[in-house]
Amino acid sequence: MDRFVFLTIDGLSRGAVYAAFALALVLIWRAARVVNFAQGAMAVAAAYVAYTVAAETGSYWLGFVVAIVAGLLLGALVDRAVMRFVDHTSPLNPVIVALGLVLLIQAVLGMLYGSEFRPAEAPFSRSALTVGGIAVLSPYDLFVFAAIGVVVVGLAWMFSRTPVGLRMRAAAFAPEVSRLLGVNVGGMLTLGWALASGVGALAAMLVIPTELGLHPHAMDLVFVSAFTAAVVGGLDSPPGAVVGGLVVGLLLSYVSGYAGSDLTPLAVLVLLLAVLLVRPGGLFAPVVARRV
Amino acid sequence: MSATQAAVPPKQRPAGAGERPVDRRRGSTLLRHLAFALAAALVLVAVSYAVEPFRNFQLATVAAYLCATAGLTVLTGLNGQLSLGHGALMATGAYTVAFCQNAFADRGMTGGWLLPVSLGAAIVSTVAVGAVVGVAAARLRGPYLAGVTLAVAVVVPALAVTFDGVFNGEQGLSVPVEPPPASLGPYFPYERWQLWLAGAATLLALLLLANLIRSRYGRTFRAVRDDEVAARLAGIHVARTQVLAFVVSAATAGLGGALLAVLAQSVSPGAFSLTLSLFLLMAVVIGGLGRLAGALWGAVLLVALPDLTHSVTELLTLSPAVAQRLEGNLPLAIFGITLVVVMIAAPGGVQGLLSRLGRALLARWPARRS
Amino acid sequence: MHRTARRGLAIASTIALLITAAACSGDDGSGPGGGSVPGVTDTEIVVGTHMPLTGPASAGYSKIAPATKAYFDYVNANGGVHGRKITYKIMDDGYNPANTQQVVRQLVLQDKVFAILNGLGTPTHTGVLDFLKSNRVPDLFVASGSRSWDQPDKYPGTFGFNPDYTVEGKILANYAKADLAGQKLCFLGQDDDFGRDSLAGVEKVLGASAVAVKQTYVTSNTNVAPQIGAFKAAGCQVVVLATVPGFTALSIGTAARLGFKPQWLVSNVGADHPTLAKQLGANAPLLEGMVGTNYLPMQNDTANPWIQLFTRINKSHNGDAPFDGNTVYGMSVGYLFVQALLGAGKDLTREKVLEAVQKGGFQGPGLVPLRFSANDHSGYGGQRLSRVSGGVQSYFGPAYETDEADGPVKEYTATPVAPPANGVPTVS
Repeated sequence: MDRFVFLTIDGLSRGAVYAAFALALVLIWRAARVVNFAQGAMAVAAAYVAYTVAAETGSYWLGFVVAIVAGLLLGALVDRAVMRFVDHTSPLNPVIVALGLVLLIQAVLGMLYGSEFRPAEAPFSRSALTVGGIAVLSPYDLFVFAAIGVVVVGLAWMFSRTPVGLRMRAAAFAPEVSRLLGVNVGGMLTLGWALASGVGALAAMLVIPTELGLHPHAMDLVFVSAFTAAVVGGLDSPPGAVVGGLVVGLLLSYVSGYAGSDLTPLAVLVLLLAVLLVRPGGLFAPVVARRV
Repeated sequence: MSATQAAVPPKQRPAGAGERPVDRRRGSTLLRHLAFALAAALVLVAVSYAVEPFRNFQLATVAAYLCATAGLTVLTGLNGQLSLGHGALMATGAYTVAFCQNAFADRGMTGGWLLPVSLGAAIVSTVAVGAVVGVAAARLRGPYLAGVTLAVAVVVPALAVTFDGVFNGEQGLSVPVEPPPASLGPYFPYERWQLWLAGAATLLALLLLANLIRSRYGRTFRAVRDDEVAARLAGIHVARTQVLAFVVSAATAGLGGALLAVLAQSVSPGAFSLTLSLFLLMAVVIGGLGRLAGALWGAVLLVALPDLTHSVTELLTLSPAVAQRLEGNLPLAIFGITLVVVMIAAPGGVQGLLSRLGRALLARWPARRS
Repeated sequence: MHRTARRGLAIASTIALLITAAACSGDDGSGPGGGSVPGVTDTEIVVGTHMPLTGPASAGYSKIAPATKAYFDYVNANGGVHGRKITYKIMDDGYNPANTQQVVRQLVLQDKVFAILNGLGTPTHTGVLDFLKSNRVPDLFVASGSRSWDQPDKYPGTFGFNPDYTVEGKILANYAKADLAGQKLCFLGQDDDFGRDSLAGVEKVLGASAVAVKQTYVTSNTNVAPQIGAFKAAGCQVVVLATVPGFTALSIGTAARLGFKPQWLVSNVGADHPTLAKQLGANAPLLEGMVGTNYLPMQNDTANPWIQLFTRINKSHNGDAPFDGNTVYGMSVGYLFVQALLGAGKDLTREKVLEAVQKGGFQGPGLVPLRFSANDHSGYGGQRLSRVSGGVQSYFGPAYETDEADGPVKEYTATPVAPPANGVPTVS
């Protein structure tokens, strides 16, 4: 029983990070119909900026804020300087461009910082508090849950309650009509990229201290898990991303805890097939009448 | 645009460049392709004598990759199904060929017919795997299909580690391959023989693929890609067509993987990682999606670009401190920039660019010719 | 007709391009192979290696080859070996066996290297063994502790460098047996030959039943909390780690946050203190008391004449890169290779260098003997234990030697040699 509780909490705290990262993927998918394979590399770049700032100033929190800002700017930059010029008639073209960006960003980071692991500080203790003899949550886990909770609630509020959110949704779903109605569609797209990249940077800041450390490839594996999570939840659904992230986190934890960590990829495939064969558009796919 | 339409090549494909609605020379298609393959084979043999061993090996590697990219371009470009898992299918073929060759070697069997048998077995096993994945894939569209095939790409190398009793873990298996036949002479370079093997197998696969593309099946592939509803109305069984496309594509990927294993004389999971699957996809899109010539360009780029960028980097003389930072990273950066620039400058890929150039040239001639 | 014409044009241009590329490269390919021995001229010896310079596996390892190259540059500046300068071609394979195939063939067939030196990685290097054998290329001092390199009958040209993982496991277990008797011992290993061979070594000394909990990890899953949690639940007091540096740091960090503090016994592969401390950052004090192994001088032992020499070379020829265990390793490989070249004599051939290595008897920075002989191609045959104390990793106790079979773990008592005054070995 102890072990089950332990694995559940461990899975949830990693799942929360996958959820945030999956959310970033969903944001871009909804705004631009692009699966952003460069999300991981962009987030790592932002985390390196935070590392540099924190090393210079000695303040974790300044670095944290700078990372989010850097993430936002990088997202806007990628949209304005690169994605804007890509022919989107084939959905594969942006994917290939994103893969090219991954190579470029990782190579540049490798040149600037070398390929050594850099220590990634955690702002709170990662030692678990024990309740009744069972190691439960660490202060850092609570921080992760809180940070991601704030992001999820904030985004939900923005999309449903603010004019900007409404415009973004309109621009994504009916660009021509929105343009006619005076919505700055290009601007909304850039905002979508920036937001997504900012959320990705936050996820990277949260997950890297729990991993091997800062490295140009630090988010590669997280990306794979988060993409799986987004697909399980349904790429059009932000709540789906959150649920998908938690499910994938729990699954990975249980499988490596009870069966062996070499079986986790197989477990992920089985989960994907089980979900998608029943619901081909993910768990939270909007119910659409089939076209035939 | 909806998720159902993932992986459609550029819409502004000029009429006549990619496919023609009516081909008046249908009867001669097979003959024309045969003549083509024969000519290519002759050129290949000539080239194999003209260039040094390392280039022979590189060309053989191109041939092996070409098998996989050609199959992928049929699946993704012509049938509209996105696969991030072709590296895993290649691994299936590679491990099968390793098992067969080892079994033959253990029993002391020799003979020129063994390798074709092993390659055949590789294709059969990959077809079986491809059919299973294909049945699942036929229900899925766009990024959801990408997600499942991505998971497949991650699982297959992991299985090799989990069942290390069979697959020998990360270290992998060696693939015993016989030396070139004695009739070619005692000093026949091994790399030339490798090129002949890989070239012959690949040309055969391409010949079959080219005919398939021009056949009724090829047209149903494209019909399903362009509009599933219309295809269904026209009496095409959509799911069956998609599974068929996946199986064909898997067969060629399996052959490509098997050839790679034969060339390397070894197989290990690290060579068939997710990165390989992503690189294959990059290759077909950069080469020009949906065209066999594009698959060729893609395969050439897969082999030549790392080599080329490395040579460019070597031209620079750098202080040790700078060199340490740039070494390895600079070629990757150049590779990345190339991908981005090509995709922006030529969304139709290299072959699209060439077609455009070719048309521009031809547009100046016909006035006189007709 | 356009269509066929255009396709023909495309194919013809492809072929033309390939031939041109081949013709261009044909010129430089024949450069160094002027004499009858590939890669050797009167003024130059060309040697190649494959290393992960990029990619997830490159951390730490990317510094080895530059250090070796720096040592060669130093030797070259001091007149070279028999008047020949050593050119070291470093190829990046990103730890991907498919890339290794390409770059090693490029080195052998195109660059015509004399030998492959210190190729890194078990899965990567295994794939090129047959190719190197059929091309009769000396394959010296492979950078991995796999036992595959020690097959003199099958691969006569291949020699190891690192002590194999079983030797290492035996020495760690021997320490546990002597100094930590009666404590519950558990094992975490990488899920490949590294972890398996290491566990085999531990069990050879302690017996299979002595290891209470055995866990494995895969590099594609960076969460080791389930494994560490199992150790804690079982009440392990000693944990042997056969882990790469990243996972050593991860395991120790994870254990700390679970409030689990066993005695760590760490394989040499993942026991380099500067690397671990850097990765753990503020948590570096967790490494206090960690027992590791090594077989080369400790990088922080400034009194050691080898470290003084290597630090000097690192300043003058390696751009004063951060000096750690990988730098020491790379330069030690360079030193051993120069010794082998000198042993082969002035008329250098591939056969002679293999004979020289087989003859053995190399005295260098290593704390334990190299085992090279006609029927043993494995590298160092032992290790010495180190402990982190006060944030400094230093050796304690004697050096030990043993074999990968059932031989005993014995003390090795010979006094270490000092480097030659100018840092370049002389003809032995």
